[in-house]
Amino acid sequence: MSNNDTATMTEARDESLPEDDARRPVKVSIRNLYKIFGEDPERALEKVKAGMGKPELLESENHVLGLSDINVDIRDGEITVIMGLSGSGKSTLIRHLNRLIEPTAGEILFKGDDILGWGQGQLRELRRKNMSMVFQKFALLPHRTVTENAAMALATRGISRSEYEDEATKWLDRVGLGGYGDQYPHQLSGGMQQRVGIARALASNSDIMLMDEAFSALDPLIRTDMQDLLLELQGELHKTVVFITHDLDEALKLADHLVILKDGSVVQQGEPQHILLKPNDPYIEDFVADINRARVLRTRSVMDKGVPKGEGSGDYAGDVDQNDNLESVIARAEGAMDKRYRVMKDGKPVGTLKMTEIMKALVPRKVEG
Amino acid sequence: MATYDGLFDALGLRAWCDKGADSGPMSMADLLAKTKGDGAATVSAWDTPFPSLDALHDACMAIPQSRDLTQGLESGFLGIRDALRWVIDPITQPLSWMLEDMLWLMTQSPWWIVMPVLFAITWLVSRSWKIVGFVALMLGLLAFVDHYHEAMQTLAIIFVCAFVCVLLGVPIGIAMSRNDKLQRFVIPILDMLQTLPPFVYLIPLIFLFSVTEPKLYGIAIILYAIVPVVRLTDLGIRLVDKDVIEAADAFGMTNRQKLFGVQIPLALPNIMAGVNQTIMMSLAMVVIASLVSAPGLGVLVLRGIRNLELGVGLVAGFGIVVLAIALDRVTKASLARIDASQASR
Repeated sequence: MSNNDTATMTEARDESLPEDDARRPVKVSIRNLYKIFGEDPERALEKVKAGMGKPELLESENHVLGLSDINVDIRDGEITVIMGLSGSGKSTLIRHLNRLIEPTAGEILFKGDDILGWGQGQLRELRRKNMSMVFQKFALLPHRTVTENAAMALATRGISRSEYEDEATKWLDRVGLGGYGDQYPHQLSGGMQQRVGIARALASNSDIMLMDEAFSALDPLIRTDMQDLLLELQGELHKTVVFITHDLDEALKLADHLVILKDGSVVQQGEPQHILLKPNDPYIEDFVADINRARVLRTRSVMDKGVPKGEGSGDYAGDVDQNDNLESVIARAEGAMDKRYRVMKDGKPVGTLKMTEIMKALVPRKVEG
Repeated sequence: MATYDGLFDALGLRAWCDKGADSGPMSMADLLAKTKGDGAATVSAWDTPFPSLDALHDACMAIPQSRDLTQGLESGFLGIRDALRWVIDPITQPLSWMLEDMLWLMTQSPWWIVMPVLFAITWLVSRSWKIVGFVALMLGLLAFVDHYHEAMQTLAIIFVCAFVCVLLGVPIGIAMSRNDKLQRFVIPILDMLQTLPPFVYLIPLIFLFSVTEPKLYGIAIILYAIVPVVRLTDLGIRLVDKDVIEAADAFGMTNRQKLFGVQIPLALPNIMAGVNQTIMMSLAMVVIASLVSAPGLGVLVLRGIRNLELGVGLVAGFGIVVLAIALDRVTKASLARIDASQASR
């Protein structure tokens, strides 16, 4: 991923970024979710609830602990990123949201209703109308044209070709595939196939998009393009996106809300800035150690809140926006350590930022003990 | 005096043994032993017979002989034959009609209608003039050496039997792919059908139906040839990319939409490979079926064997090869056409 891309994109995203104090309503809520793979998950569940860990469970019971006591709120119009290494249960988790996988215990509340109690018909309606999905390996139908693939959700609902064609073409144009409608998926490159996958999800007009490592199979430059496309679409459409990734850069770039999974449990969740500044686990520390913090951190996360009264703006070297990243501020100061900036939000001063604070924030903080 | 006398004496079963000492028909070996006159001669340890039914029967009359097994099987089959006929006869009667009508249609229509129709079918499934030309050459060759009539009979039988195989085999394969229990149950049957020597199919069928009925050889051919299309349909559907199936589920497809919209289209290359194999196997069986009055090139081959008419047998044999090549090329070409539309897989 090139440096410039990240910088421009973090700025583009910020219009849709929710404020800390005014969070959006919860759309889907995962409550005390457990998933255990094995012959007798119920018995294993009791052991897990009694405190048995993943390795012991595998050793003594021969059951695999997929997910353990997951609680996540997915908010309307936000990108919730679930990050973890392979085997951490993230793909299992996202499949619980539309019940491609049945949980062992727990609740999944969609608009306050537990979808685990739903029958097949209700579930099918949910998948057709409310939740669309984008897959790591694209999973397009190889025997259907690009247009037919994009309209898969519509055709599944029984809408005829003449009616869905315009809608499918509109979304294909929107993801940059205008004119490819009559081709077959195998005639397109990987990046273009995934664009079809995204068009397919968008054309279903569902409010929730589940993206399972959607960009992981693409090469880095294409991946950056696709991330930019997603953020651009998100700025316009404000979908509720659940995005799975194993790539921290990608997670930090996309996330409004970041959930970090390890061995089937949530290690930490919250605003990405917050996780970066205050990792609560050595595991996450290791994760964030290699990140270019200057590019990810924003001035609002580092500033001293409040503007001292009675001081003129004379002391300030200038004004910066609260969502500027530290890299841009350092560039503006040309490396000078003695300057300080006034941090603005919507044209009003909200805080003060000393260059020394910036330098401190660039060093990863160690967890005590 | 027999080897295992001691065994039954020791077990105290002598009385029970002798109760059954009626004399069934004597076997040849018994007769020979009697003529020699020294039945009491002790057998050395080296020559101890395996305790088979026959050996035990010698010692104890109550134990049946092996020939009773085959006889029992036969009389048992004859016993249920009428009931079996009563069930199977009406079910299979349409097969007789189909075969009779197809044979009539293909042999009674003039060649200048039948051959163009065959070429048109070839064009429809293969979309290749090269294949049509090849088929024309092969059929022309057969007709030129006056084997046209027999070739058409053979083709008619194959068309009907392959059609029935696909009609039954594809649904069975689909059902197997969706149900593991059914698969475990059907696969041994398929294995048996595939390994049973082709001649063996004919034996029970001869008992069931009269040799003049076309369905006799029709059933034999179908049983033999249906295996590949069932197997490959099952396999093809099971091999459909799991990710694509998951996507179909994730977008809320019903099982029916998934089957007809995703699974069957994606399994089609495998199903077509099964159809190709089925046609080839029905061609192999149609020759053997000529033993039970299946008309066509097989009859000429049989005549060649029976009357030692080398030339007749060889020409008819080559005729079958020519038909096989033509049928194979046509089905392969249609298979390639399907593959081309899904080249990503």
